[in-house]
Amino acid sequence: MGGANADGTGAPLASLEAKWVWQPGETLVRTLLFIAAAFAIIATFAIVFALLLDTVIFFGRVSPLDFYTGTKWSPVIDGLYGVLPLIAGTLLIAGGAVVIGIPLGLSAAIFLREYAPARVREILKPVLEVLAGIPSIVFGFFALLLVSPTLKAWFGADYFNATNAIIVIGIMVIPIVSSLSEDALTAVPTDLRDGAFALGATRFEAMGRVVIPAAFSGIMASFLLAFSRAVGETMVVLIAAGENVNLTFDVLGPMSTLAGDIARKATGDLPVGSDLYRSLFAVGFTLFVITLLINLTSDILRHRFREAYD
Amino acid sequence: MKPKSRVVRKAKEAGFVIIFLAGIGVALGVLGVLLASLIVTAAPYLTPTLITNYANYQDPTRAGYAAAIAGTLWILSLTLIFSLPLGIGAAIYLEEYSHGGRISRILQAGVSNLAGVPSVVFGLLGLLVFVRGLHLGAVVLAGALTLTILVFPYVVITAREAIRAVPQSIRDAALAMGATKWQAIRRQVLPAAAPGLLTASILAAARTIGETAPLIVIGAVVLQTFLPYGPDSPFVALPVQIYAYIDLPGPEWQGVSAAGMIVLLLILFAFNAVAIVGRNRMQRMRW
Amino acid sequence: METNEPRSSSIQKGSRKGGVRITTRGIVILLVIILAASGVGAYLAFGNRAPPELVRIDGSSTVYPITSAWAAEFNNPGRQVVVAFSGTGGGFSKFCRGETDLSDASRPIKQSERDACTASGITGVVGFNISFDGLSVVVNHGNTWADHLTVDQLCRIWTQNTSSGACGGAGGQVNQWNELDSSWPARKIKLYGPGTASGTFDYFVEVILTNRRTNDRIRSDFIGSEDDNVLVSGIANDLDALGYFGYAYVVENTSRVKALAIDDGNATNGAGPIFPSEPTIKDGTYAPLSRPLFIYASNRSLGRTVVKDFLRFGFSDRGTQLVGGTGYVSLTPAQIAVEVAKIPP
Repeated sequence: MGGANADGTGAPLASLEAKWVWQPGETLVRTLLFIAAAFAIIATFAIVFALLLDTVIFFGRVSPLDFYTGTKWSPVIDGLYGVLPLIAGTLLIAGGAVVIGIPLGLSAAIFLREYAPARVREILKPVLEVLAGIPSIVFGFFALLLVSPTLKAWFGADYFNATNAIIVIGIMVIPIVSSLSEDALTAVPTDLRDGAFALGATRFEAMGRVVIPAAFSGIMASFLLAFSRAVGETMVVLIAAGENVNLTFDVLGPMSTLAGDIARKATGDLPVGSDLYRSLFAVGFTLFVITLLINLTSDILRHRFREAYD
Repeated sequence: MKPKSRVVRKAKEAGFVIIFLAGIGVALGVLGVLLASLIVTAAPYLTPTLITNYANYQDPTRAGYAAAIAGTLWILSLTLIFSLPLGIGAAIYLEEYSHGGRISRILQAGVSNLAGVPSVVFGLLGLLVFVRGLHLGAVVLAGALTLTILVFPYVVITAREAIRAVPQSIRDAALAMGATKWQAIRRQVLPAAAPGLLTASILAAARTIGETAPLIVIGAVVLQTFLPYGPDSPFVALPVQIYAYIDLPGPEWQGVSAAGMIVLLLILFAFNAVAIVGRNRMQRMRW
Repeated sequence: METNEPRSSSIQKGSRKGGVRITTRGIVILLVIILAASGVGAYLAFGNRAPPELVRIDGSSTVYPITSAWAAEFNNPGRQVVVAFSGTGGGFSKFCRGETDLSDASRPIKQSERDACTASGITGVVGFNISFDGLSVVVNHGNTWADHLTVDQLCRIWTQNTSSGACGGAGGQVNQWNELDSSWPARKIKLYGPGTASGTFDYFVEVILTNRRTNDRIRSDFIGSEDDNVLVSGIANDLDALGYFGYAYVVENTSRVKALAIDDGNATNGAGPIFPSEPTIKDGTYAPLSRPLFIYASNRSLGRTVVKDFLRFGFSDRGTQLVGGTGYVSLTPAQIAVEVAKIPP
């Protein structure tokens, strides 16, 4: 058996693990909880199932090679199904968003946990949670009405552009990073901090060299969640990022993403049985695979880091 | 490495504190600008009839959100009732019962993966599985089940952090007292994790209340002149209703939409307030 | 040096503070009470009357204001029409499975969709024309040079084809204003329009490009959006802009955008360039951009009295008045009579 501790360590306590009192009800409880956890897998299979059938039909009519190597996504106008522009757009916008959101979110968490008096924290934390509650359509229009003109004035950006989405999605993920990171920082036992202070560390040094590393896995979890959210964000890109058939890295111009394209097709006027419509399933499936790869990679990396810090 | 003088280190810290403040500052600034512009735009429409009238696409002064508010409350209630036990249960399993082995990593990866699925895909899933597969139709229950799947990974991830924050000494003490694992969890770990679990429910509620695209795909309506009569009733939700107003021609409709956004935020505030008061109470008693 | 949580504390100290005793059960009960209360509240508002007779409408996000206006007045506690807007395609898909009674559509049903209906047992699919949407070609209000365009010129503005045989021989793609008229500015035309998944886009391409008997495709470098208000803003802020959207948005924004008169080169329905307006859209002289909006029914739905009553209400005087209130143009009495005749007794 592995570690008894929540963070997976625990050779010393492994023997304790075996000594929990075991009443008959315990097995039932454990099974029920396992099913709850397995719900994630059930839901994942359901999504794959929902996407796969139409994806397979689609790839029977449009060559997967063209789909995955094509650099122009113009199904309606030109009958071209090259998905690379969408993938590039998704990664660029999500990547840009977390570049903004992660530092700001982590900073907010550090400030709340380490420097803010309890009263201030009690007010600011709920305020940040309100930010989490603002619906994405509000952010979408905020991007167009306030961010876009500013970008146009300062950088000559187009009306619809990728930076609208990058900035706004970045702001949207701040509460995710700050809430989870703050919880992770709180979880670090005070003894660790106290020990650092006893050795003469400043608050900043204690935070940076002791607490944050100890909270590392929780903080990384928040980063990953933020990135996942950014990758899957639909309404903001639909409203503010525009549409672009070409593979481009110009963030001051319009850019299409995988999620945005799916939403456009799912709520548009295209006939449901057509290849045009069916392409949304192939796009959804592609997005799913990309998210899976990102999560698997992150899991492997975290596993490595976890060993290093324990 | 030569240790730096305390003055230098303090100065460095001051510099970073300013950067940390930036994080909060940006968030607050954006929030402030957003709320201010919403309130200004919505001001002429913040009347009682906003809440008591049904939807009206002819006359902005008679437009209201009655059915949408009721629909959102229905969906919010059901989604939380389904997703919180499910998500917290999953978190308990992953944190307390599983041992970091292969299975646990697979389950974990499954949760993270769900978090990255775009909301509209959940709508398509809900349409396939709940509306058609289970023959529920485009009703409240189908919407709630769909949003449950959507919000589930967020609950799990947040609840896991909350449970992880509970000191190991608590569990050890319970073990030493002869408790069963479930007793220890139920009576010691969960109450200790309660503040974080409330955070999880706040974030879940926030996500649920703001989702538009999945509900549109499922078949949330935009014109309904009655309040939902049960889980088997057609429904409209606030974000969908707001979206229906926002696209109408003319500047007055922007005001109606903004007013709807304010109503939505007020509902969120009310929910948050209850949860936060509870959380603060609990947090003051932390060890 | 301060810390943020109490330095020494114990479970005993906590309970001595005399606060709420936390148990998991307590939290769960509290949450359930709160949630149940809101559910009960919502339920009480309706009471335990029997659910109303329901008519479900879904479909185009262009048409819902019309059917919603009808429903709002038609509904009473016993008979309720609900309207959704998951898109013309999504609407037909649900309609063909019998999940909805009527389908709003901004384009005619396609044969493949009809076949899907028949395959699932929905027969006798009939479309009712309920209004006209005058698609207007608009430019920025500060655009002082252009006030009318021919359909051939529109084709050349929007086509992908650069060869001189494009647009049925009218000429290849143009990119600047002065290529259409040498007295106009030598600046690039900035194009705005609905996105490629929208019915409005589909219709525009069909009448401006496909019907010119060319295989011309539309160019893909226009600024597209699903939201017409957004297009209005875009055009209003761009002096070189040219775009198209429904007449209702022109009427509401006359200080920001300007509609151009369109000359379809066909003297029989009005000679010369015609501006979009209620009369010209209604009598068909504003052509070819005046597009019909539809509602579709089937044998199954027309077998229900409530559906027939609803349709008759829509075509009544009051219903016609309501169409006008949405910014779309209603049918002439003669046209209405034709549509009403399709409703079985």
